[in-house]
Amino acid sequence: MEESILGTQTEESKPPITSVGVIGWVKSNLFNGLFNSILTIVILYLLWKMIPPLFQWAFIDSVWYTNGKACRGIDGACWSIIPTNLRFIIFGFFPYELQWRPFAAMIILFGLLFYSRDRKHWTKYLGYGWIAGLFAMGLLMKGGLFGLSPVETTQWGGLPLTLLLSVFGLTAAYPLGIVLALGRQSKMRGLKLLCILYIELIRGVPLISLLFMSSFIFPLFLPEGVIIPSIIRAQVAIILFTAAYIAEVVRGGLQGMSRGQYEAAESIGLNYYLTMRLVILPQALKIVIPPTVSILISAFKDTSLVMIIALFDLLKTTQTVLSNPEWMGFSREAYIFIAILYFAGCFSMSNYSRKLEKELSTEN
Amino acid sequence: MDNTLLGKVPFWLDPKKRAVIFQIGVFCMVGLLAYYLVSNTLVNLERQSIATGFGFIHKESSFEIGESLISYSAASSYGRALVAGALNTLKVSFIGIVITLILGAIVGVARLSSNWLVSKLAAIYIEVMQDIPVLLQLFFWYAIFYETLPSPQQALSPMNGLFMCNRGMAFAVPEAHPAHKYMVLAFFVGCVVVYIIHRWAKKRQDKTGQVFPVFTVSIGVIIGLPLLTWLTFGAPMKMDVPKLTGFNFTGGLTLSPEFFALLLGLVLYTAAFVAEVVRAGIQAVSKGQREAAMAIGLKPHHVLNLVILPQALRVIIPPLTSQMLNLTKNSSLAVAIGFPDFVSVANTTINQTGQSIEGVALIMAVYLIFSLSTSAFMNWYNKRVAIVER
Repeated sequence: MEESILGTQTEESKPPITSVGVIGWVKSNLFNGLFNSILTIVILYLLWKMIPPLFQWAFIDSVWYTNGKACRGIDGACWSIIPTNLRFIIFGFFPYELQWRPFAAMIILFGLLFYSRDRKHWTKYLGYGWIAGLFAMGLLMKGGLFGLSPVETTQWGGLPLTLLLSVFGLTAAYPLGIVLALGRQSKMRGLKLLCILYIELIRGVPLISLLFMSSFIFPLFLPEGVIIPSIIRAQVAIILFTAAYIAEVVRGGLQGMSRGQYEAAESIGLNYYLTMRLVILPQALKIVIPPTVSILISAFKDTSLVMIIALFDLLKTTQTVLSNPEWMGFSREAYIFIAILYFAGCFSMSNYSRKLEKELSTEN
Repeated sequence: MDNTLLGKVPFWLDPKKRAVIFQIGVFCMVGLLAYYLVSNTLVNLERQSIATGFGFIHKESSFEIGESLISYSAASSYGRALVAGALNTLKVSFIGIVITLILGAIVGVARLSSNWLVSKLAAIYIEVMQDIPVLLQLFFWYAIFYETLPSPQQALSPMNGLFMCNRGMAFAVPEAHPAHKYMVLAFFVGCVVVYIIHRWAKKRQDKTGQVFPVFTVSIGVIIGLPLLTWLTFGAPMKMDVPKLTGFNFTGGLTLSPEFFALLLGLVLYTAAFVAEVVRAGIQAVSKGQREAAMAIGLKPHHVLNLVILPQALRVIIPPLTSQMLNLTKNSSLAVAIGFPDFVSVANTTINQTGQSIEGVALIMAVYLIFSLSTSAFMNWYNKRVAIVER
């Protein structure tokens, strides 16, 4: 008797249909309250106004594999600009028949990056792998050894150049940034002052001023007859710039270390070098992995600035295509394409950093 | 122990002396490097017979600047050109920062909205804008302007008095009238009055506990005083509407496509970062704070003004400062789309005079002044809102 009463009661007290399922979700997430309801309706109306024409422009009225002339009369997007000029946009002025080399270099880079995703693989051997990989990439680009014909750095361009500048920039800036951060935290007054001056000076000026310096003033610094290619000069500017930002990130990590760590290291008789190498830095650098990735992301985006000093990075090769009379006026399509490339790169990095942050935080 | 007292420790094992020696070594190396670079530079300058010094500043510039806040022509000096460029940088940074703060705050709050659609749209906006280089965004908006919009003859006019074409955006502004000067004056007087009311109300509340409706009265004073001035001058309504004469618009206010593209790109890019800062700041205030404030019976706007915001601002301000500085520094990318900002003018100057060292030094000095003064101001403000430890 009791049981049956309970049974009917539970059946009757099921939640009303409007508070569960799709309707319930819509009600609690889109139409909770007057203000939110109005907001939802306004946004839905705007989306309904904007998305279909955009879709029509990008997919229905668009053309994909034509020449520039066929694009003139149409209403939609002229995506043809991308497949037709893809090899130039990606590789720039690199000799056409040798373009497999930068391609292979990029494959090596992506392979290494993909393998490094898993933190289980972070061993000494991976470090050696990276060094070998960077060397191989440089060799593939430059040539001149093992029967590869040499390619002048002035012919480098496109995506390989963008990746090269950001990867080599970060690899070189990282140790420099650590040294600067240690200098800034040091007890030696003079050294500290020098590091603070450097870091604050660099962080106070835009990257473009350093790039101008590399292209206008740097040649004056060198003795007569010594000429350094402009790509290397721009690379030096990017390294000097990024190092200051990395120094600030690492300093954050160093400040996060408790005094006990230093005291413990001192009490077991480690000197400064060993204290830093074995105790402080391994922990401090681990804390700052997520902000370091965001420095990597901004370094990757900032490489686009080298086009202002006339290096042919991804953005500049695209603009070169756009200055061709056949393709003039299709900037939107071309820019959207490289925006997608940059987005893919940055988004995967920031996603990875978020994942890493989660992993690291559960450990502690 | 005894050894140290007797001074028998050799100097290379004494940390203090070692530090001094090490630092002297570092300074010597830096000095040597500097000497090497400077001597090379001097030799090179002499060989290329480039005169050093800032003498070029007084010479005639003989190049035009598209837009300038001060009167400028090709006959003016390089110095004046550089000042015009610096003012343009300040203009775009100032307007950009104001709009960025507003947009960033809106998007940041929208990201936390209970409305799923709003929150997701804000998230998409933040992610997309952060992951595309700002230079590319500038080019994109600039291309939209000069490729998509029609020529001045067929200018789009979505609103009465607003024209959009590939020469920029022209819109109607009130015609010049003596009343405007007094309205600006009234506005500043209003600000001072509000400040005084604010202090008086706080004192009164501390003394008697009575609350004075400061916010409503302030809005009333700041808007009311200029409005009153406007009315006493007989409410001049005449508008200066842009008119098409020849190939371009005259009258009204015209924003060049370069300025507009730069402003749009910088604002949309930086607002995404500001939104993240605002979101993190609001989330940093624990839920208990809001609940406690509501439990003691504060009204919703008091909860926000007296409890949430003061705590959120403390977290928000330091990263916000660096975003504002980033916007100022990124405004240097104007050189790529041809807006005459300081870097762009300095670049032209370098190319014309060959005074590269002075030019780059000027760029760095000007940006350092901007950066240092902004961070000094923000540090001062940060100290005011910072927690007072008792």
